[in-house]
Amino acid sequence: MTSRPSLSHAASQLQLPSPGERVVVAMSGGVDSSVVAALLHERGCEVIGLTLSLYELESEVEGGCCSPEDISDARRVCADLGVPHYVLNYRDRFQKMVVQPFVDSYRRGETPNPCVGCNTFLKFDELLGKTRQLEARWLATGHYARVAQAANGDRQLLAGVDGSKDQSYFLWGIRAEVLPLLTFPLGAMSKEEVRDAARRLSVRTSDKPDSQDVCFIPGGRTAEFVASQGGAAGEGAIVDQDGCELGRHSGVHGFTVGQRRGLGLASPNPLYVTRLDASRKLVVVGGAEDLQTREVTTRDWNWLRRPQPDEPLRARVRYRSRATEVSHCATAGAGLRLQLREVVSAVAPGQSLVMYGGPSGSEVLGGGTIKGNAER
Amino acid sequence: MARIYLDHNATTPVAPEVLEAILPFYREEWGNASSVHWAGRGPKNAIDEAREAVSELIGAPPRDVFFTSGGTESDNTALLGVANALVDKGRHVVTSDIEHPAILDTVKCMEQLHGYQATRLAVDRHGCHDLDEFRAAIRDDTVLVSIMLANNELGNINPIREMVEIAHEAGVLFHCDAVNALGKIPVDVAELGVDLLSISAHKIYAPKGVGALYVKRKTPFEALIRGGGQERGRRCGTYNTAGIVGFGKAAEIAMPHTAAAEMAAVGSLRDRLQATLLENLDGAEVNGDPDGRLPNTTNVSFLGVDGEGLVLSLDLKDIAISTGSACASGSLDPSHVLVGLGKDERWLAAAIRFSLGRSNDERQIDAVAATVISEVTRLRAVLPEANG
Repeated sequence: MTSRPSLSHAASQLQLPSPGERVVVAMSGGVDSSVVAALLHERGCEVIGLTLSLYELESEVEGGCCSPEDISDARRVCADLGVPHYVLNYRDRFQKMVVQPFVDSYRRGETPNPCVGCNTFLKFDELLGKTRQLEARWLATGHYARVAQAANGDRQLLAGVDGSKDQSYFLWGIRAEVLPLLTFPLGAMSKEEVRDAARRLSVRTSDKPDSQDVCFIPGGRTAEFVASQGGAAGEGAIVDQDGCELGRHSGVHGFTVGQRRGLGLASPNPLYVTRLDASRKLVVVGGAEDLQTREVTTRDWNWLRRPQPDEPLRARVRYRSRATEVSHCATAGAGLRLQLREVVSAVAPGQSLVMYGGPSGSEVLGGGTIKGNAER
Repeated sequence: MARIYLDHNATTPVAPEVLEAILPFYREEWGNASSVHWAGRGPKNAIDEAREAVSELIGAPPRDVFFTSGGTESDNTALLGVANALVDKGRHVVTSDIEHPAILDTVKCMEQLHGYQATRLAVDRHGCHDLDEFRAAIRDDTVLVSIMLANNELGNINPIREMVEIAHEAGVLFHCDAVNALGKIPVDVAELGVDLLSISAHKIYAPKGVGALYVKRKTPFEALIRGGGQERGRRCGTYNTAGIVGFGKAAEIAMPHTAAAEMAAVGSLRDRLQATLLENLDGAEVNGDPDGRLPNTTNVSFLGVDGEGLVLSLDLKDIAISTGSACASGSLDPSHVLVGLGKDERWLAAAIRFSLGRSNDERQIDAVAATVISEVTRLRAVLPEANG
């Protein structure tokens, strides 16, 4: 027997608006944010739906978010609830703050996390500004993460309860001082419970498939997209750890550290991309052992909460990877240098390093962008 | 507070008399106006009468006016209809930076698909055209000029009569988009001298989905929508009887509203609103030509305020205004008209259009002014740096 998921069960675990309070719900048109709107409406909050128009897709592709169909889904969900819905044109800002940095990052031989920039700069900065303009007390999104209040009254950002859906990795860029304004009502629910809630509340997007990949790249053809945006890095050599040429490639933007397939090399042992050197147009390959490291450095860092002395820390170097124990960390320029107790494999520059702590190890303490090997 | 509507340049409510006039054509007189039998006679007659009323409103002979699905279709038809008839003359058109998208997108399509060249006249910081620049833009291969009578976002009224004279001296035809002028100021095709003129019903208290195009007799013109020969072949498709009847009724009602006294009445309300805002708010500036505007329109920028945020905040207080053209899918895009004025970006993002209509009264105007003043003040405090 499944439970009847409503927000009253979750109130002890996460920060939620009270009935009567005005909440802006950022709606992508998918099931998650639709359910957020429906649950908050059911709770008696004054819901305002906002959808960002972020890009124009050249072809009709499903599975993204914020496409014209998704915008109309969000509008219809709000109409069903009888709450206002607005579409905001963020196309220029999305291009400038998310797409262009994404393309530049690939051109530098990195593997970026565009969702981090979108969260940091658009959702939890620009959209938060709009929330204030509309006199809303809260900004709600459908992220699987939680904001809760610590014993000392400070707000904490916590991983979502459903580990398989947890999106806290993408939220490290949120400024600590805005946490009191944010609510992630799905943070204590599983995806199954969210779908149940969607059906119970007759949310019309209840059976919509989850979004996949990077929302602005239909079909996941990243290298083609990067090239189409002027990010093609030019062809070059594939070399081994000693610099001997093993083959050719059509541009470092088409590769990711840790990648094994698509190299076009014949070798008795599996070969992986271990490093991308954009300035010399080199794809460096090696064995699995060449991918391993115990030290990771970031080029920037945002603290949500500084750790206590002797607090056990863990770090995650990619989405859904296991968090690894941190043995030591020290500032390094604008970023942080971390020593890990175990080796991690295939750490790709441009990805996020997110540090977790707290009693359960699920509190996001901070994060940064992993630095390239060549950056000093 | 009751709802207040100050967005009449976007659309207007259907007047009660118009609705009454329409209903019989859904209930009893549902026949096809092209039918020879009894079912077609009533509708056919009603369309003839509506055509006379609409023609009278713009001072045109009824035979030169045919109905369309609205202003956008009229604009598309005018441009392509003349261009297609004059392919042997040339492939150049002249228009303006601040036309409606129904013109600008059609011109862009003509450039991209049909090899046309287009000159888009720039405007000064008040949104006005330079007539010498216009004269210089006309070439030997120019087939058509298209300039709107009144701009929908600013309210600016263009000197169409002078521009027509310039075009005609050069032997070039002139189309005028009068969609937003109709019902607000007198529109007379003979006085303006234009060869083609677009109008739309829903801007004058009639239903959406009906418009008309005036094409002066003997103007070279190729039909765009072909089929059963309706409208003497100039615009085929079964007549939208009810919509056309509504347009006719609305045209009858509109006539006295363009009389001087009526225009002065709405103008004084507009001026009252504008003056109250400017007196009570620093950093407020009127966009457009202060000396030549529609009496119902004012476009004001509030420095340090994001216009989008102001529109949404006012909507949450049941006041309907807009940042400009409402044609996109409800999303608020930067206005190409304000961009055309060459204004500083800080003023662009802060612009709001108020467009008044018949139902607005002094009490509403005062309520709107008070709310806008308090909201602008609040939003400036929320956004000290005037960012988005």
